[in-house]
Amino acid sequence: MNALAPTGKLHDCRDAFAETLERLAATNEAIVAVCNDSVGSSKLGGFKTKFPDRLVNVGIAEQNMVGVGAGLANGGRLPFVCGASCFLTGRALEQIKADISYSNANVKLIGISSGMAYGELGPTHHSIEDFAWTRVLPNLPVIAPCDRIETAAAVEWAANYDGPCFLRLSRVGVPDLLPEGHVFVPGKANLLREGRDLTLIANGTLTHRMMTAASLLAQHGIEARVLNMATVRPIDEEAIVAAAHETGAILTAEEHSIFGGLGSAVAEVVVDQAPVPMKRLGVPGVYAHTGSAEFLLDEFGMAAPSIVEAALALLKRK
Amino acid sequence: MQSQELERVARQIRRRDLQAVFEAGAGHIGGEMSAIDIMTALYFRVLRIYPDQPRHPERDRFVLSKGHTACALYVTLAKRGFFPEEELSTFLQPGSRLNGHPNCNKVPGVETNTGPLGHGLPVAVGMAKAAKLSGAGYHTYVMTGDGEMQEGSNWEAIMAAAQFALNNLTLIIDHNRFQQGAALADTNDIAPLRPKLEAFGWDVSEIDGNRMSEIVPALEKRSERPHCIVAHTNKGHGISFMQDRVDWHHKVPNREQYEIALAELSESN
Repeated sequence: MNALAPTGKLHDCRDAFAETLERLAATNEAIVAVCNDSVGSSKLGGFKTKFPDRLVNVGIAEQNMVGVGAGLANGGRLPFVCGASCFLTGRALEQIKADISYSNANVKLIGISSGMAYGELGPTHHSIEDFAWTRVLPNLPVIAPCDRIETAAAVEWAANYDGPCFLRLSRVGVPDLLPEGHVFVPGKANLLREGRDLTLIANGTLTHRMMTAASLLAQHGIEARVLNMATVRPIDEEAIVAAAHETGAILTAEEHSIFGGLGSAVAEVVVDQAPVPMKRLGVPGVYAHTGSAEFLLDEFGMAAPSIVEAALALLKRK
Repeated sequence: MQSQELERVARQIRRRDLQAVFEAGAGHIGGEMSAIDIMTALYFRVLRIYPDQPRHPERDRFVLSKGHTACALYVTLAKRGFFPEEELSTFLQPGSRLNGHPNCNKVPGVETNTGPLGHGLPVAVGMAKAAKLSGAGYHTYVMTGDGEMQEGSNWEAIMAAAQFALNNLTLIIDHNRFQQGAALADTNDIAPLRPKLEAFGWDVSEIDGNRMSEIVPALEKRSERPHCIVAHTNKGHGISFMQDRVDWHHKVPNREQYEIALAELSESN
């Protein structure tokens, strides 16, 4: 427990996704990859080489892509439908609702380059609304892994789970946080650091920033609990309520709008079951200006020192 | 089943559909009457189906993309033995699984949930592609409305079907020339449909979609390419005062109209 701030090599989680999918596809003939011309950006080049017939590229047509995914599942295939998260969820949201979630189709939606991974390309390519759009839909686990290990574990889980899900991946490098051999359990947070003074909750590219912030807080004599909350829905209510009762304050951070995402999901549980002071960090309801994802996360108050400041301010409200 | 008998079954389905809409006080009767002959031919002649095993992997697929005409599908499925015909009396009633648009997780024989337009054809493309990948021998049919072809998602799917050479896919366009608010021609006139589909690489048949002798061979036709049947139909077909009247898109007959319509659809006619 209480590991030092993560300083290891950074990994692109798309590689873990692609490697795992190819490994699973070698023994499961039902697995197909569906994409919208995004062979490169979805890292499906290796899949295409190994299983050329099982790569279904519909071209630049996201509504059709999601519908085709539902049809492939109806026909007994196991489709991983991959596309830039902004287009997959935004352009095809009604298909995700009607064809996937409401129909309960066994389709794995893979949102690539989520959050502000396409930072410099601007807000049209930022996917900072996708938690909000997807987590209101029944039957659809919404998952944002924090590192390559959790990504691989979540893909393996998805392949074995009989139902739809949405995996939200980034291309922004993240260090290893979870142990090798980690088994993904949907709806269960991972306790990455124990602490009793407050709880930091994050997922995706923010978890390692929270770990760094926790190390900095320790230098102030403050012991922060850190929860990696990959599953936004179903949210781990038990871990949130325990955090509220045992640490008395909760700070969330996410590569998403502060409206409707992880922080909102945590706040819903806190308000209903265990009211304590909370602060949500994220994109504050604006369209970002130009910059890399890392730059924008820093700009929006999610550099580790800024997280520390937010934590210290929050602690004054306890 | 031969044409004459299919026509008799279609009349029975029309009568039961009319009754269900009348009793429920809601429905989309015009587009149901235009589509019932085709649905009858599918379920009582063409489709390889297993009503007692609705998820049989080798079953032919039918997707009703114009999901608002669910009542016609419910009547057809019940008559074909997918669920008890008595249940049709629950159509639109509180708690019924027979709501205004079909639900594949509740109603046996429904393949995917439809309702928002422009959804069924992409899903059907996926079904047909799945058969190509797995080697399954089933055929996939999907029916859209003609107004529904204004949805861009259909044209995405039409392109994909041609690219994937899905000769195991048949699209039926119920070309009854009317949409909810007005005639197709006065709204966004996508007719003629044939040259558009042909330009996109499909094989196209044009038939009288209310004439069984033309419907059956078109549905049974196999092609090297994806096949589109432009089915020229009449909205409200079979009921004189509804036919080709746009207000019967979702109007409900009063008692007097109901009796007249029932008489027109009687066995002797």
